[in-house]
Amino acid sequence: MKKATGRVFKYGDNVDTDVIIPARYLNSSDPAELAAHCMEDIDKEFVKKVKKGDIIVANKNFGCGSSREHAPIAIKAAGVDCVIAETFARIFYRNSINIGLPIIECKEAAMEIQDGDQVEIDFDSGMIRNLTQNKEYKGQAFPPFMQKIIACEGLVNYINQK
Amino acid sequence: MGMTMTQKILAAHAGLDHVEAGQLIEADLDLVLGNDITSPVAIHEMEKMKVEGVFHKDKIALVPDHFVPNKDIKSAEHCKCVREFALRNQITNYFEVGEMGIEHALLPEKGLTVAGDVIIGADSHTCTYGALGAFSTGVGSTDMAAGMATGKAWFKVPSAIRFNLTGKLSQWVSGKDVILHIIGMIGVDGALYRSMEFVGDGIASLTMDDRFTIANMAIEAGAKNGIFPVDDVAIAYMEEHSKRAYTVVEADADAVYEEEYTIDLSSLRPTIAFPHLPENTKTIDEVTEDIKVDQVVIGSCTNGRLEDLRTAAKVLKDRHVKKGLRCIIIPATQAIYLQAMKEGLLQIFIEAGAVVSTPTCGPCLGGYMGILAENERCVSTTNRNFVGRMGHITSEIYLASPAVAAASAVSGVISCPCRL
Repeated sequence: MKKATGRVFKYGDNVDTDVIIPARYLNSSDPAELAAHCMEDIDKEFVKKVKKGDIIVANKNFGCGSSREHAPIAIKAAGVDCVIAETFARIFYRNSINIGLPIIECKEAAMEIQDGDQVEIDFDSGMIRNLTQNKEYKGQAFPPFMQKIIACEGLVNYINQK
Repeated sequence: MGMTMTQKILAAHAGLDHVEAGQLIEADLDLVLGNDITSPVAIHEMEKMKVEGVFHKDKIALVPDHFVPNKDIKSAEHCKCVREFALRNQITNYFEVGEMGIEHALLPEKGLTVAGDVIIGADSHTCTYGALGAFSTGVGSTDMAAGMATGKAWFKVPSAIRFNLTGKLSQWVSGKDVILHIIGMIGVDGALYRSMEFVGDGIASLTMDDRFTIANMAIEAGAKNGIFPVDDVAIAYMEEHSKRAYTVVEADADAVYEEEYTIDLSSLRPTIAFPHLPENTKTIDEVTEDIKVDQVVIGSCTNGRLEDLRTAAKVLKDRHVKKGLRCIIIPATQAIYLQAMKEGLLQIFIEAGAVVSTPTCGPCLGGYMGILAENERCVSTTNRNFVGRMGHITSEIYLASPAVAAASAVSGVISCPCRL
């Protein structure tokens, strides 16, 4: 799998899917339209600043709340290449794998990485390098079954290939 | 090593004699559910799959309930997409406006969910059906698409937390207070990835509506599912509502639980979750200052059932909603609406100065039918009080039972019937 390198947007605990993509925009399912409002209720600057390849880092229970797949879709369409968190809410975790948005659980990385840091992630090894702080962390590797889905860039392609 | 109730249901649907926590399995699905927000994404994903139609036209339920009757052109387009898909695939359980209800109140009422089932739904509160002894869990749209196409879903077998309920609830204390108490105790990620299995002699005194409310909010503790044992109350409900055969599954005596809690139901008090997380709970006794309220919502998949409306009516009868406060009451299904009408509950609500709406999820997720303005406060019987959930990001949501919500509507401050 590929690597990701980008600037970090850092958030705290329990970032819920209502702030990732508020329900007032769920009358659309167009990724570009959703991306235009991504993180709006927690960080109005996010969509102005985010660039292709950037990374979101958060603490525990990222993506809690509603099952809306629009949340990882919005994050992916906004250009984010990876989300690192101490833990993910389970539906967000499934949805991210199913749509091919790479996510990594790593407590130390989630605690130490700061907003604005440059971070590089090697998805094959699960290694997370903080280029700004010159630190390395080992993220939790996915079970082989989930790696296959991610490698296929989502569940639909995985099923089509089976 | 023994299996939990959840693990036994999953094993049976994966064709395995035994499963263990952490094991990845593929399970057969008894029902796949979607609504007007999640289904269009799923339908779009399914079109990319190399499949001919759906796996079983009777085992899919499509319930437009979030933005119906449609609030704008875009939501009308979404519903049209779902309606056309249902027609094209001859989906038996598509519920149009006029016959629909809030999905998690509607499906058990229609007899589509029974004990022993494995159910996925592209809506996080799909965990509600655990009240009947089913394994049911929320997923996203792509899982829903794969489920509709193949009749299967992958699961990581969850470990479990056991909640031993003893005693009986006091007056004006209900299932909502039980689950808010639990979430306050273990936190919004306290059951992350795990099952919440409810056991104990206290369950016998809980009505089905209490149990639906408790299982419904398992997701607010991060749980994969919440599940109740199948007792006489559950069996009577299923026999009244369903023609389907149910399977009673019991946890093994030597099942392993990662944590165990005992909760004496008689000790619980009316409980309120303060902004902006369901874990920020206080009992009514801890609310010593006047917290002025602008709006009250009584409804949703959590608390829009008949018993909830009866409780609200008991409080609102011969009383009036505080001047300047809006009280919005939403029966969860057409059948509940009709029964509330027959029992005279709707008249009590209207005479009290409340509005009564057709079934919709509307205000709960800030869709429509009761959006909050800047700095407004709402006491709501819904399930989430996240930032901006019901409107402006500075608005505040206090989650509570129908009894507390109705009393707050009368007094204009957060209250309970015992204070009126």
